[in-house]
Amino acid sequence: MLTFIVRRILISIPTIVFVSIVVFGLQLLLPGDPALALAGEERDPQLIAELRRLYNLDQPIWRQYLIWVGNVLQGNLGESIRLKMPVGDLVAAKLPVTMQLASMAILIAVCVGIPMGIVSAVKKETYLDYGANVVALSGISVPSFWLGIMMIMLFSVHLGWLPASGFVKPSESLSQNLKTMIMPAFVLSSVTTAIFMRHTRSAMLAVLRSDYVRTARAKGLREPRVVFRHALRNAIIPVVTLGAIQLGELMSGAVLTEQIFTIPGFGKLIVDAVFNRDYAVVQGVVLCTATGFIFLNLCADLIYFMVNPRMRG
Amino acid sequence: MVAVTTTATEDVLRRPSVFRRLMRRKGAVVGLCVVSIFVVIAILAPWLAPYDPIATNFLQVRKPPSAQHWMGTDEIGRDLMSRLIYGARASLQAGVISVMIAVCFGVPLGLLSGYCKGWVDSLMMRIVDAFLACPFLILAIAMAAFLGPSLTNAMIAIGLTAMPIFVRLVRGQVLAVTVEDYVEAARALGNPHVRIAVRHVLPNIVAPVLVHSTLAIAQATLAEAALSFLGLGQQPPEPSWGSMLNVARQFISQAPWMSWWPGLAIATVVLAFNLLGDGLRDALDPKET
Repeated sequence: MLTFIVRRILISIPTIVFVSIVVFGLQLLLPGDPALALAGEERDPQLIAELRRLYNLDQPIWRQYLIWVGNVLQGNLGESIRLKMPVGDLVAAKLPVTMQLASMAILIAVCVGIPMGIVSAVKKETYLDYGANVVALSGISVPSFWLGIMMIMLFSVHLGWLPASGFVKPSESLSQNLKTMIMPAFVLSSVTTAIFMRHTRSAMLAVLRSDYVRTARAKGLREPRVVFRHALRNAIIPVVTLGAIQLGELMSGAVLTEQIFTIPGFGKLIVDAVFNRDYAVVQGVVLCTATGFIFLNLCADLIYFMVNPRMRG
Repeated sequence: MVAVTTTATEDVLRRPSVFRRLMRRKGAVVGLCVVSIFVVIAILAPWLAPYDPIATNFLQVRKPPSAQHWMGTDEIGRDLMSRLIYGARASLQAGVISVMIAVCFGVPLGLLSGYCKGWVDSLMMRIVDAFLACPFLILAIAMAAFLGPSLTNAMIAIGLTAMPIFVRLVRGQVLAVTVEDYVEAARALGNPHVRIAVRHVLPNIVAPVLVHSTLAIAQATLAEAALSFLGLGQQPPEPSWGSMLNVARQFISQAPWMSWWPGLAIATVVLAFNLLGDGLRDALDPKET
């Protein structure tokens, strides 16, 4: 177990190093001189010189990278030009909001997607199966930002049940917080629900055809027991690991959801930073998301290792 | 043994063509038809659009669907149907061109990685891992931000972000194909490496690349709509479905029809490409008859 964890962590290190190169390399995409781009319309020579010094743009590129990595390792992700705040502090302030949104979305996806997948597999080639497949296919095809707009139209404008936008901290009012977050969480979960449904369905179909399920049926066990105790326990293993990876994807999807529902999270931070040409924030968010994604992948592997007895054997 | 081989050969000969197998799948046929219709609409946009898509008419601001404007008008009186028809150009163009960028770079790099193996493969796979570790949309937004907001830059950003999956896919296929007897035979005949890779390996990995390309177009179309929705893709006044939705969300209660059509169009095209991709995957699967 320990050897597996250590080996898996060691494999992640070069990936993180290359991620840092990719994130640093983003600034090379800036057309022309980055200092000029950062200086804005006025192009004050004094400001340009200050920016060159501040961002070490007068140094060779490899030295710039090493300085940047050195700072990142010390927890210094740079400073936001617009907000005049350390990027690390900004990320730390916005991350809990997005984490709450992503966690609620994954909970909805698990509660809806997995049962739908089970029903679809058990009732294969019936109207229930076709219906579940249509829902899943729609989930991956309908753009979340459109679904969000349609839901605002229905639940906020017409029915007036839920607020169209805004965010209330759970510490201020938990009920208000849930009221503002439920619709965005549902919108964000649409793709993940579809993915869970499709994976559960195919895993269940494979397991339901296996010999030990046939044996369980031959022993005279009732169908619900065969499905839940024998088939689902094995079929769920790949879906559990998928959940950890999907949490990372949800962080990415949150960019659009937060924009529609004006939620002050990680996604809104990167979009605002993009329009304010706050490149240090953009780099900081990408680096944190990618590192989080690598960590979640690591967790997925570890969960797979723990829940699958054959891996431990 | 001889009998088994003969039966297998007969099975292969008796197998219907890929196109016929594709046509047997209802979903794929629907997908192909819908994609074809949208392609025709995009090509014939100047003849099909009833109005100029960027011409404003302040006497017709936010008018609901009517006989004069079938899909209504937007906040500055532009005809939504004309904008939707022209928007098909931007969306399909973005979907196809960004996947072409991903294929043009991803396939040769994957081929190189899988064929050379050794340190070249290890290095390239670590770079691919790094790209895949960055969530697709966040990386595309970051790239589009650094390149500057425009449809061309959005296509480049989406193409570069989608590329690593093609590298990984092709590399896996190449590793499987290079141990096949016909590649060994080509090598034994003294063919140069480039010739083996291009003439013998590449044609045998086309099928999975084609399937993934179709599904990637769906994802790229969605990504372009997302970038345009955020203001990083097609710039006003030129129409694109994503940017139309971006404007529409400010008028949800006053003009809900503004958000109906572009969203429906995106969902329909993405669904069609997904159906077509799924159908192609089944049709090209050697286990399927």
